[in-house]
Amino acid sequence: MNIADKYEAVIGLEVHAQLQTNSKLFCGDSIAFGAAPNTHVSPITLGHPGTLPKTNKKAIEYAIKMGLACNCEIEKDNYFARKNYFYPDLPKGYQISQHTTPICKGGFVTITINGTEKNIQLNRIHLEEDAGKSIHDIYDDYTCIDLNRAGTPLIEIVTEPCLQSSEEAYQYVGELRRLVRWLNICDGNMEEGSLRCDANVSIRLKGEKKLGVKVEVKNLNSIRNIKKAIDVEIERMIHLAENGGIITQQTRSFDATNDTTFSILDKEEANDYRYFADPDLAPFHLTAPFIQKIQTSLPALPQQLSKKYQNELGLSEYDASQLCDEKSTSDYFQSTIQFTNNYKAVANWILGPIRNYLNEANASFETIALLPETLADLIKLIEDGKVNFSVASSKILPVLMKENKSPITIAQELNILQVSDTNELENWVNQAIASMPEKVNEYKKGKKGLIGLFVGEVKKLSKGKADPKIVTTLLEQKLNQS
Amino acid sequence: MVHVSNSVIFVNMEITNEMIDHLAHLSRLHFSEEEKIAMKDDMQKMIAFVEKLKEVDVTGVKPLMHMSDAVNVLREDEIKGSVSREEALLNAPLRDEQFFKVPKVIRK
Repeated sequence: MNIADKYEAVIGLEVHAQLQTNSKLFCGDSIAFGAAPNTHVSPITLGHPGTLPKTNKKAIEYAIKMGLACNCEIEKDNYFARKNYFYPDLPKGYQISQHTTPICKGGFVTITINGTEKNIQLNRIHLEEDAGKSIHDIYDDYTCIDLNRAGTPLIEIVTEPCLQSSEEAYQYVGELRRLVRWLNICDGNMEEGSLRCDANVSIRLKGEKKLGVKVEVKNLNSIRNIKKAIDVEIERMIHLAENGGIITQQTRSFDATNDTTFSILDKEEANDYRYFADPDLAPFHLTAPFIQKIQTSLPALPQQLSKKYQNELGLSEYDASQLCDEKSTSDYFQSTIQFTNNYKAVANWILGPIRNYLNEANASFETIALLPETLADLIKLIEDGKVNFSVASSKILPVLMKENKSPITIAQELNILQVSDTNELENWVNQAIASMPEKVNEYKKGKKGLIGLFVGEVKKLSKGKADPKIVTTLLEQKLNQS
Repeated sequence: MVHVSNSVIFVNMEITNEMIDHLAHLSRLHFSEEEKIAMKDDMQKMIAFVEKLKEVDVTGVKPLMHMSDAVNVLREDEIKGSVSREEALLNAPLRDEQFFKVPKVIRK
C-alpha cells in the first residue's frame, strides 16, 4: 500500500472577492485598479480622527446576490465589527469586518468531481474592507505604503473544513470565479488580486475523527497554484508524519517558482483580534421584501442553464457546459434561439467559428456587429441550401462580424449563393459530361464512383456555386438515361 | 458592549504580568516596571467593576450591539470625497513624492 493512502486531507478555503462597485465600502473613493499611488484616498480611508464612515448600499446588494446564488441564509440584522491589529497598510489600526453577524450564513456550492456532484458546505460569507498595499522593493530601508486599495469592499467566502483533495479545491474556486463573474459582482482576476484564496490544510489517518493541526497556505494567485500548493503541502505533512516529525500550526507561503511552501509565521499570539461592534457605523437591517427583490433580479445560474440546455434542448453535456462557461456566451445563445429552433447549429456556430473569431480578434459578444437574429438568418440560409457551412463561416461570417447586413445580401455581393436553378445547372452538367466522354463510358460500364469526378467538374465550372445535391441528382439522371 | 470571545481577558481572572505584557504588545505600548504595577492594579479594578455589573439580572435582555437607534444609514455607490495626494501625505512623518514611508516590513 502506498504510504499516502493511510492518510486523508481535510481542507478549508477562504476566498476574498473584491466587489465591483464604483466606490469603497465606507467612503466615496474610487476602487479602480492601477491608479497612481495614494490618489484614491479620503480622510476616511486615511483613518483621520473625526471622520464618519457610511456603508455602500451596492456592496450590501452584491454580497446578498452571492449569498443567494450559494444557497445561504441571509442575516437580517447586520452589524460591523472592528478587528484590531497593527500593520502599516491598515491606517486605522483595525479592519472593519463582520464578526457575530455575517451577512450570509451556511449555504453550499456544487462542484462535479469525476462525474459526481458534491456540495461544498459554506460556513459564511461576510463583508469587510480590504487593506492597502505595501511595496518593499523601492527602498532598502523603508517600505512604501499605497492606500488606494484600503477600504475596497470585499466578501470573504469561508467553507467548512470539508474539501478532501486539491482537485476539489480547484473545481470549487473555479466555480466561485464563474459565479462572481456571472453575477457581475467581481471580475475574478486572480493575478490582479481581485480574487484571492487562502487554504487551510491538515491531514489525519483515515478513520480518525479528530482534525489534525492545520497549516494556512497563502499567496495562491492562480487556480492552478491552489491545486499545486495543496498537493505539495499534503505531501510535506505526510512526509513529516511518517518520519517522526511534528506538524506545527503555521502560516506558509507558496513559492510558484519551485513548487514549495515555506513558513512565514509560526503559531502566533496575534490571533487575538479583540473584535467589538463598530460604534461609528449604523447597523443595517434587511427586510424580506428587499431580499426577495434581489432574489428576483438574479440571472439564471450557469449550472441550472447547463442542465436546461441538455434536458430541454438536447445539447451534449460538453456543448452545454461550454456555453455556460461565461454569461455573455450563454446570453448570446439564448438570444439566438429566440429566432431559430436549430439549437445544435447555434451551439456549433457560437462554440466554433464565432468563438475562434472572438479569440483571434480579441473581441467580445458585446463588440461584434453580428446580431443574434442575423446569426439565425445565416443558419437558415444553410438549411435552405443557399450556401454551405464552410463558405458561410469563411466568407460571410467575417463580414457579419464587422457590419450588420443580411447574410443573403453578402452572399449575393460575393457571388457565392449556391445556384439551384435547374436550367443553369443543366448547362454546367452538360458541359462536364461532354468534356469527359471516356469517363462517361466507364461510368456506364459500372464505375459508379466516378460520379464524384463529375460533381467536382461542375463545381469547378460553376466556381463553387452549384448546389452539389441537385447537381448529383441531375448528373445521375443524365448518365443513367442512355 | 464589548465582545471578548477571542480575548485573553476573562472575568473572574487574576490579572498577571503576562497579561499586561500581552496587552501592551497588542497595543504597541511600552511600560516601565512601576507603570506595569499601576496598570495591573487598574485592570483588576476594571474587572471588579464588570463583576459588579454582572449582578444585574439581564435575563431576556438582548445584547446591545450599538448605542444609537440609527439603522440603515447607507450611501449610494458614488465616487466623491477623495483628497489630493499632496494633502493625503501632508501629515506623514515619513514620505516621498508618492508614498507613505514606514520602517522596513516584510509582509508575512
